[in-house]
Amino acid sequence: MPTVSMTVNGRSAAGEVEGRTLLVEFLREHLRLTGTHVGCDTSQCGACVVHVNGKSVKSCTLLAVQAEGAEVTTIEGLAQNGELHPMQAAFKEHHGLQCGFCTPGMVMSAVDLLNTNAHPSETEIRDWLEGNICRCTGYHNIVKAIQAVAQGQGG
Amino acid sequence: MTDTGIGASVRRKEDNRFLTGRGRYTDDINRTGQAYACFLRSPHAHAKIDGIDTGAAKNAPGVIAVLTGDDVAADGLGGIPCGFAPTGVQAPHNAPPRPALVQGKVCFVGDLVAMVIADDLNQAKDAAELIQVDYQELPANVDPAKATDSSTTRIHEAAENNLYADWGLGDKEATDQAFAQAHHVTKIDLINNRQIPNAMEPRCSIGEYDQADESYTLYTTTQNPHVTRLLLAAYVLQIPEHKLRVVSADVGGGFGSKIPHYPEEALVTWTAKKVGRPVKWTAERSESFLSDTHGRDHVTRAELALDENGKFLALRVHTSASLGAYLSTFGAMSTTYLYAPVLSGQYIIPAIYCGVTIVFTNTAPIDAERGAGRPEATYLVERLVENAARETGIDRIEIRRRNFIPEDAFPYQTPVVLAYDSGNYAPILDKALEMADRAGFETRNADAKSRGKLRGIGFCTYIEACGIAPSNVAGAIGAGIGLYESAEVRFAVTGAVTVFTGSHQHGQGHETTFAQIVADRLGVPFDSVDIVHGDTARVQWGHGTYGSRSLAVGGSAIAVACDKAIEKGKKVAAHLLEASVTDIEFKDGNFTVSGTDQSKSFGEIIAAAMVPHNFPLDEMEPGLDQRSFYDPKNFTFPAGCHICEVEIDPDTGVVKIVNWTAVDDFGKIVNPMIVEGQIHGGVAHGIGQALLENCVYDPESGQLLTGSYMDYCMPRADDLPNFNLGFTETPCPHNPLGVKGCGEAGAIAAPPALINAVIDAIGVDIDMPATPEKVWRALQSRPQAAE
Ligand code: FES
Ligand code: FES
Repeated sequence: MPTVSMTVNGRSAAGEVEGRTLLVEFLREHLRLTGTHVGCDTSQCGACVVHVNGKSVKSCTLLAVQAEGAEVTTIEGLAQNGELHPMQAAFKEHHGLQCGFCTPGMVMSAVDLLNTNAHPSETEIRDWLEGNICRCTGYHNIVKAIQAVAQGQGG
Repeated sequence: MTDTGIGASVRRKEDNRFLTGRGRYTDDINRTGQAYACFLRSPHAHAKIDGIDTGAAKNAPGVIAVLTGDDVAADGLGGIPCGFAPTGVQAPHNAPPRPALVQGKVCFVGDLVAMVIADDLNQAKDAAELIQVDYQELPANVDPAKATDSSTTRIHEAAENNLYADWGLGDKEATDQAFAQAHHVTKIDLINNRQIPNAMEPRCSIGEYDQADESYTLYTTTQNPHVTRLLLAAYVLQIPEHKLRVVSADVGGGFGSKIPHYPEEALVTWTAKKVGRPVKWTAERSESFLSDTHGRDHVTRAELALDENGKFLALRVHTSASLGAYLSTFGAMSTTYLYAPVLSGQYIIPAIYCGVTIVFTNTAPIDAERGAGRPEATYLVERLVENAARETGIDRIEIRRRNFIPEDAFPYQTPVVLAYDSGNYAPILDKALEMADRAGFETRNADAKSRGKLRGIGFCTYIEACGIAPSNVAGAIGAGIGLYESAEVRFAVTGAVTVFTGSHQHGQGHETTFAQIVADRLGVPFDSVDIVHGDTARVQWGHGTYGSRSLAVGGSAIAVACDKAIEKGKKVAAHLLEASVTDIEFKDGNFTVSGTDQSKSFGEIIAAAMVPHNFPLDEMEPGLDQRSFYDPKNFTFPAGCHICEVEIDPDTGVVKIVNWTAVDDFGKIVNPMIVEGQIHGGVAHGIGQALLENCVYDPESGQLLTGSYMDYCMPRADDLPNFNLGFTETPCPHNPLGVKGCGEAGAIAAPPALINAVIDAIGVDIDMPATPEKVWRALQSRPQAAE
């Protein structure tokens, strides 16, 4: 079995995996970082979004071995020193989550959006979220939360 | 109102764990030594099984066990039970058995044929591929309207003509008579399209057996852990209930699909003992599409009789409703008593009759989906009302006003069982019309026209019956359980309050809303209140969460338990303050001798009761904990008006929602932020049904054609508008909180409002979902197609 090593949330992580092991399985099953979720098997729902080398990636769509040597950030690594990241705080403030299952992927995706485009229009936000499905919120408050962070008034 | 009491938009307690990846969903749980299960599912919609060869699978690497229906039968496992058999059927219930693994035949694509348990998941999956099944295919039927045809192949020995039951509600004779004298009759044929609820968290179950005390634990994604425990323990495993613990920690959405007790839950629990290791199964999304219960799937003809003044005289409905291949736990409830009783809507309709032919088809079992029966009823009523207005030339708003149940008519007895306790519909409509700027529609319409677009506005004035349900009613209509709710309030010496509730949260924010109730009622700090749910070992009993019942029933139980604690607290205070109990007043968390400034805080009373150094021990026991089993006196009847405005591109048929206004009356509102979120989500769900989502089975092969997110169109952020919300408040008169419930309203109101708007824009009837192709084709079919 191949071994794989990468940096996850600032710590080095290594393990033996099958060639077919997905990055999300490595995170959830090997590292027990269960904040990253699996909501589908066709790369559609976005519940599994993490950052790989700073960009949002669907971790169900990458083999673990493809992340060899990468810097991976999961939802568990977003808050710093016990302080919620502004995007997390804004989701709470604007009620951008209900059951919370899509939330880690939504938040990771939204963070990357603002890294890429600091002041997106509402249309740009909704287009960006095309790859993240939420069944609970109707997206209204998710959009509001992202807008608030973009305007510097998150949580 | 305090900033954490009733009426405050308190930010949610539960959010921190969800936002930091520390939620505890069932798939996040791993038990020491667990093995993994994979299910072999039927690739055919209908087939006999002549043999199953598991030899190669059993010998595959890592495989611990391979099990089939024969093993289930050999161990004497009971079938998966149904919790509801409607009363009022005109043909006997034909309830076929559902073994946990099929025995001799499969009845839908996804039916459970065999179970493989292995050391790891990939080994289990690999081995499942080695199982050889000898199928003999049979003709399949997926259409509820064709199920009883003599040419349709019978699915179950126990159900002749694939009929479960012919059921009816209302006075047929009076209805027919009213139709005979009608000035005008509006008719409609419609399909309420089959939906897949699609909670974002796939189902997951882990079974465990403890040899030491011969008890089982099932960790599972359920909306009602106690009901699951009852069904699994008493009917399937046939063990005493206390030998099974069901844990349902954080659940990633339910929408009805996590109400039923599923065979997979039974199988992991059964095999945990058999293989001597915990057994874990997590659905892949493809399995969810195939095997989660689906919703809706009605084929309906409905007729509305009117007099010369546009007053409604009678409503006549016939529906063919599918149960899918098997009776799910509450499958026959959504098609009967959650459906026909709301057909009166917000209107006086003197005579109503609804007949439902409830049938089996070769499809996944049907059960509740957000709204469960009430969206189906509301859709047909509100479509009929607008069609009737168009046909009679009466304005669509005016026809509603003429027929509204007036404010002074409450309580109002409908001709279909329900008695509405309260409501005031005209102000809801007025407010919604103003917020939606109905008056400005013509200007907007003219502008759209000038841009080559078709604009339309549609309305829905809906009623909901929720807060399910008075137990005597539940019993009278055929439920196997009561539908009260339980609550226990426990106090710690240092003042913390822990509430154990039988309601279950899977997105609704109960940990916050319920804590607000307690903080408000007892006057204790919001942060000192914790809510516990979802574990049968911790919570005494419960009926779970569905039917917008948690606040009205579960919340009321908490309020009553708090009131009992206050009553006892008064006695303690009387003792401490050397006053008579009748002189003790309780307000804002303080027990005061009336007319004096002598008082004790709730915290002091807790301490005195828990450390009874100075306590009237000969008069009462120490402690302050209280318990309540609250049975509601009636359903609750939220109502509202949703207005949808659309703009359609006639070249592409694409429908764009340009405005959504919702005004709802949910009685008292505890947390407005959370309630608004429930409306957003409910409306999004309803928009999904009306515009995007359609579960399609191939009519010949019975294959599920919409088995992934690439084929089944979930609403995405760029499909939806922002929502414009307003509220009115007619408190519920019969529960201690005056609350009504809000979880399903959006999914009930949205489809008719949206489709009515589309019809207004294009001028011809259309069925859901109004996809661009369907809209475009409808436009071409108009008498003067090209404009
Ligand atoms: S789990 Fe990765 S996109 Fe759905
Ligand atoms: S919060 Fe439940 S799926 Fe988004």
